[in-house]
Amino acid sequence: MPSGALLIAQAFNGLALGTLLALVSSGLTIILGTLGVLNFAHGALFMLGAYVIFVIAGQTGSFVLGLVVGGVFMLLAGVFIERVVIRLFYARPAEDQILVTFGIAIVLIEAVRAIFGGASQHVDVPSWAEGVTQLGFLIYPTYRLALIGIIAVLLIALYIVLYRTSVGLVVRAGIEDARMVGILGINVHRAFLLVFAIGVLAAGLAGMLYAPIVSVNPDMGADFLIESFVVIVIGGLGSYPGAVVGGIIAGEIISITSAFNSAYSQVMLYAVMALLLVLRPQGLFGAEGRV
Amino acid sequence: MQVSDRPDGVSRRNALRLGLGTVGALALPGLASVPGLAAETHAPVGTWPAGAQGDSVFIGITTPLTGPYSADGKDHQLGYELAIAEINAGGGTVAKWGLKGKGVLGKQIRYAITDTETKPNVAVQAQTRFISQNKAIMISGCVASSTAVALEELAQREKVLNMVGASGSNATTGQDCQRYAFRSQPSAYMVSKALVPVLVKQMGKALKVAYLTPDYTYGHSLFDSISGAGKADGWTVVSNQVVPLGTSDFSSALLNIANSGAQLFVNIAFGADAVASTKQAGQFGVLKKMKMTAPNISAFQAKEVGGGLMEGVYGTMDFWWTLEDKYPLAKDFVQAFHKKNNYYPRWDAHIGYAQTYVWALAVERANSFYPPDVIKALEASKSNPFDSTLGKVWYRAEDHQLVRPVPVLVGKVASAMKNPEDFYELVEVVPGEPLLPPPDMFGCHLGAYT
Repeated sequence: MPSGALLIAQAFNGLALGTLLALVSSGLTIILGTLGVLNFAHGALFMLGAYVIFVIAGQTGSFVLGLVVGGVFMLLAGVFIERVVIRLFYARPAEDQILVTFGIAIVLIEAVRAIFGGASQHVDVPSWAEGVTQLGFLIYPTYRLALIGIIAVLLIALYIVLYRTSVGLVVRAGIEDARMVGILGINVHRAFLLVFAIGVLAAGLAGMLYAPIVSVNPDMGADFLIESFVVIVIGGLGSYPGAVVGGIIAGEIISITSAFNSAYSQVMLYAVMALLLVLRPQGLFGAEGRV
Repeated sequence: MQVSDRPDGVSRRNALRLGLGTVGALALPGLASVPGLAAETHAPVGTWPAGAQGDSVFIGITTPLTGPYSADGKDHQLGYELAIAEINAGGGTVAKWGLKGKGVLGKQIRYAITDTETKPNVAVQAQTRFISQNKAIMISGCVASSTAVALEELAQREKVLNMVGASGSNATTGQDCQRYAFRSQPSAYMVSKALVPVLVKQMGKALKVAYLTPDYTYGHSLFDSISGAGKADGWTVVSNQVVPLGTSDFSSALLNIANSGAQLFVNIAFGADAVASTKQAGQFGVLKKMKMTAPNISAFQAKEVGGGLMEGVYGTMDFWWTLEDKYPLAKDFVQAFHKKNNYYPRWDAHIGYAQTYVWALAVERANSFYPPDVIKALEASKSNPFDSTLGKVWYRAEDHQLVRPVPVLVGKVASAMKNPEDFYELVEVVPGEPLLPPPDMFGCHLGAYT
């Protein structure tokens, strides 16, 4: 039986891990929930974000500048992918959408490998968040503490843009009946474009913020794609609050289980997901038949 | 009936092809009198004699160029290519190895390389193609034990010699060993027996030890070997964090290790997992609290983790390029490789390079490509060791493990590095023979010659 202090430390770590998972999953759920497209390129876009900050922060030495310029780059990448590929697939069956986004992922991964090679790249922790912070009950990396704050701000900003402005409303109306929205004089395609770009931005930002922690290599996105799926299944497919709560729940499950036996932390995560699929198939925050 | 990784259809089609090949070979009795084939006394075996006719032979090479081990895989490929180019051209280095003239028994080596995507079934499909279409006389290459054992089984079934690539699991020359497969990398058991005494010397006996163990054969194999080897010196396991292969965030496991009170942290994670876990161990302050050791250091790990995190970390590698100061053939290899590829070879390249040479030597000793004769030449190498990039080496006849020294290394501090790739100092080059497990310890039963 682990000590109380270790359990508290792991519970805290679960929160930190959970906010990261929430950010990673948010990009996937935004696109799924509003456009109805299951984006299998999500992991590759996460990876692309990590490489963008590797290049920019590596060249300029500024992590913050990397985030800003990288954010703009990811938005543009999102616009490009939507205009050139995704737009042609809104009316196609779900399996076509999955295949085409999977194809985009392969192109991105192999392009990055062709340019940078297969070895891991190194991204430094920004100098203002180096070292560890003594929290009394545990010692924790300063950068991970800073991430909790940064991610909270990002998640709230995303929420406001998507759900407290008219854009989200237009998009959801467009999903229901694009022709009717068009007749009302609203350009629904522009709203679709914006939402897709924001989803790509969220995936990219997650990759950028994760880059100093993990191994930055062309294949890094695969694990995050799977974890994102688990999170949004728990939270409810396409539900933005669901991704946030699902992320934190997943983080806590992984962390607290590992206080007992780390070999079971992933097993426990999937067991909870399976249980939830039986008891509440739409997930915690999902509406039945929404996606 | 052997278990196959391939769908049955492929297997059957292949069997047909091989059957037709055999008929073809029998229909051409004149070829049997070609010198060096000795076919007049042997029935056809695998791709022999079809693959040994003409003025060249074919080697099938599989290596991961995509997937988690792609950096290692590329290095591996460059090692094979250098050895083949040298052997085909003949000359100084080739003569130093003891080969005669150009090529192997006067035949040029042709080869093809296929990307395995780090997937055993892709590797098996590719080598099956090389065997059936190109009549590969030897197959080689992999960067994961899962692929290694799948290709070993293929080699035995098809009766084509397999010089196993990078594979550190005990099973490769243990329960999954095959008559047709030879492994040069030290096993987990050998690595542990080489590393633990060095750590005892540096840090003392009765250590409290925490482990980060990837949850597959290789990880468990190393955990068992190291905790077993440490037991005699009073080491205790205070924490063993078993994590899935391909974990990205090790924070919860590292918190447990940080709180375990361990003095030594054995990080068994490999490849991208080793990079992520080492970076995070640094960030969580684990590396300040305790010493870290990496039993098998990944080829590019020091460069990949950056920030001097490998400083003072002990570990082993199949080969490190500064061995060039110790062995003349290593010097030839390192210099030629650096000249051609503009970086110092890592151990994946070394395995590809040295395996190709040792195979060529065995063929010339057998004076034939006839597989059973080549196998017997390799098995008899104890009495006549090969002079190699690691000094005198030989294969143990009972399990086909190469008996070779194991280099134990420690990460250098930045100020002591003589060039940007001078990451490690050789602490000790431990002779191989005393490190070997008893031949039957891991359940090896070699198959038939024909």
